[in-house]
Amino acid sequence: MTSTIPILEAKGLTRSFGAVRALDHVDFDIYAGEVVALIGDNGAGKSTLVKALSGNLALDTGEIYYAGGKVDLSTPAQASKLGIETVYQDLALAPHLNPAQNMFLGREIPAPGLLGKFGFLDNKAMRLRSKTAFDELGATVRSLSDPVGSMSGGQRQAIAIARSVAWAKGVIFLDEPTAALGVVQTKNVLETIRRVRDKGVGVVFISHNMPNVMEVADRVQVLRLGRRIATFEANKTNMGELVAAMTGALDGAGA
Amino acid sequence: MTETKPAAGVAAAPNPIDGQKKNFFAHLTGIQSFQILLVLLVIVTIFSILAPTIFPQWTNIRQIVQNVSILAVLGIGMTFVIITSGIDLSIGSVLVFSGVVSAKAMVAYGGGGWDTALVGLLVALVVGALWGLLNGVLVAKAKVPPLIVTLGTLGAALGLAQVITGGVDIREVPVVLTDTIGYGNVFGTTIPLISLVALVIVVIFGIILHKTKFGLYTFAVGSNEEAALRVGVKVDKQLISIYALSGTLAGFAGLLSLSQYGTTAIAGQSQTNLNVIAAVVIGGTSIFGGLGTIFGTMVGLFIPAVLQNGFVIVGVQPFWQQVAVGAVLVAAVFIDQRRRKAAARGAGSKSKVSLANLWSKKK
Repeated sequence: MTSTIPILEAKGLTRSFGAVRALDHVDFDIYAGEVVALIGDNGAGKSTLVKALSGNLALDTGEIYYAGGKVDLSTPAQASKLGIETVYQDLALAPHLNPAQNMFLGREIPAPGLLGKFGFLDNKAMRLRSKTAFDELGATVRSLSDPVGSMSGGQRQAIAIARSVAWAKGVIFLDEPTAALGVVQTKNVLETIRRVRDKGVGVVFISHNMPNVMEVADRVQVLRLGRRIATFEANKTNMGELVAAMTGALDGAGA
Repeated sequence: MTETKPAAGVAAAPNPIDGQKKNFFAHLTGIQSFQILLVLLVIVTIFSILAPTIFPQWTNIRQIVQNVSILAVLGIGMTFVIITSGIDLSIGSVLVFSGVVSAKAMVAYGGGGWDTALVGLLVALVVGALWGLLNGVLVAKAKVPPLIVTLGTLGAALGLAQVITGGVDIREVPVVLTDTIGYGNVFGTTIPLISLVALVIVVIFGIILHKTKFGLYTFAVGSNEEAALRVGVKVDKQLISIYALSGTLAGFAGLLSLSQYGTTAIAGQSQTNLNVIAAVVIGGTSIFGGLGTIFGTMVGLFIPAVLQNGFVIVGVQPFWQQVAVGAVLVAAVFIDQRRRKAAARGAGSKSKVSLANLWSKKK
């Protein structure tokens, strides 16, 4: 927490789906170079909040500030432009494309010279850079030329994470990134989160796995019924307190 | 088989990103378009043995190639459309409508030279593109299912063509068109000019589909529309472009048809859409989207054409062709389904549902 202005800040976000108020004047903030865990019971509004902050959801009310400036995040492209990347729970990969094509989908490197003007692509460069990104993550991607649909859940997740990490400049959202992973891969992801944080990127980590949260987060923000009910410094809290906050036993305490 | 050979170079690598070459043969047999090429070669071999003096002769092969040429142009657009998991039933009607308007325009312009033909070409392309654009906007923006949209334009385009002509075919087509593109040969050879024209277009769009960003986005939209949208691919624009492409190619096919038959042949295209869809699917393009090759479509076009031609030559009732094509079509989709299921399991290895299975069991 070196900077005094949050890299991303949300104030009073509200969104209703019919009679259900998924977000109820929720606030959120994250600074550059910190890991914020976002926890809450099912239906607390975590995924809705992530959608709103990654440009995938229109808000009823509320304001979003990026590095102190008010921004409009109504499309994923606007979020990407600011350097906000998201690893979705469903991973958002195209199963028939290979890892490198998925990595660069929407951001292809054109072939050099005239060919590039005609829409030809520099597949070699994209393959090499993808390989570097996967290696950095310690991801074992079986093949760069096979469609990702033929790969295991863990490999697909690794590809989706590597893609977001490679492009994130400001903030990266990870929605349950370790849910489908084995022990070694989970360790890799947590290690990646630290490494990305050390590069000065804000990491928002959504998880049900409390030990993982305690291990990697700098701060923990707890959502309940569409509101942020508490923020904890990770090294000054314990699992019991977090669970109590999630389930409502602490209502009235905290923020 | 002048049609298929050069196209092979284009489509042999549907996946341009290729690091490690594994077992090359196993890889080849895993590609459905290659499997279907083997089926075609078997059919060709059988007819060649049964009628060695007629079937494998150039004059006969030339006939087959010429008959396939117009369908090949239509097959390109259909391949793009089906890769996006869409369908375009309207191509036959758009072909007829474009031919009718183009013929009317050429009559109105007068003359029988190349300038008249050029006017006809431009009109056919523009009219076809407009129908395709209408399909695309209705599919992408109004979110009407492609089957319904193109079923609607199928009826509308054919009906309007009949309104314009009063149901009577127009038979005034510039002689330069019928003499050159229609029945002419490439200078100094006996290769039909119409087939060369079709081949050039096939190669160009084969390269676009398999090597460019436009092609990549076509696969991406068909593979996972939501994912493509999230990474900033303009899905609506892509879909509209693809349906417009299909319409434009149908318009061009309308002019080719005018050249070849010297008439608008209003009633002659009622089965065209289904024949082209069958060829695309036989060629390994998945109706569920995300998968397909132009090369496969070309092979898929030749199977019905060769069967029809061969049955006539060996004296089998040509009606059997429809039975045979129907069986191949269902078999192709069956294989595709099993392949998809295997891939979705994420078993970690390539699906082995292929003709290679049949051989390895025997060994």
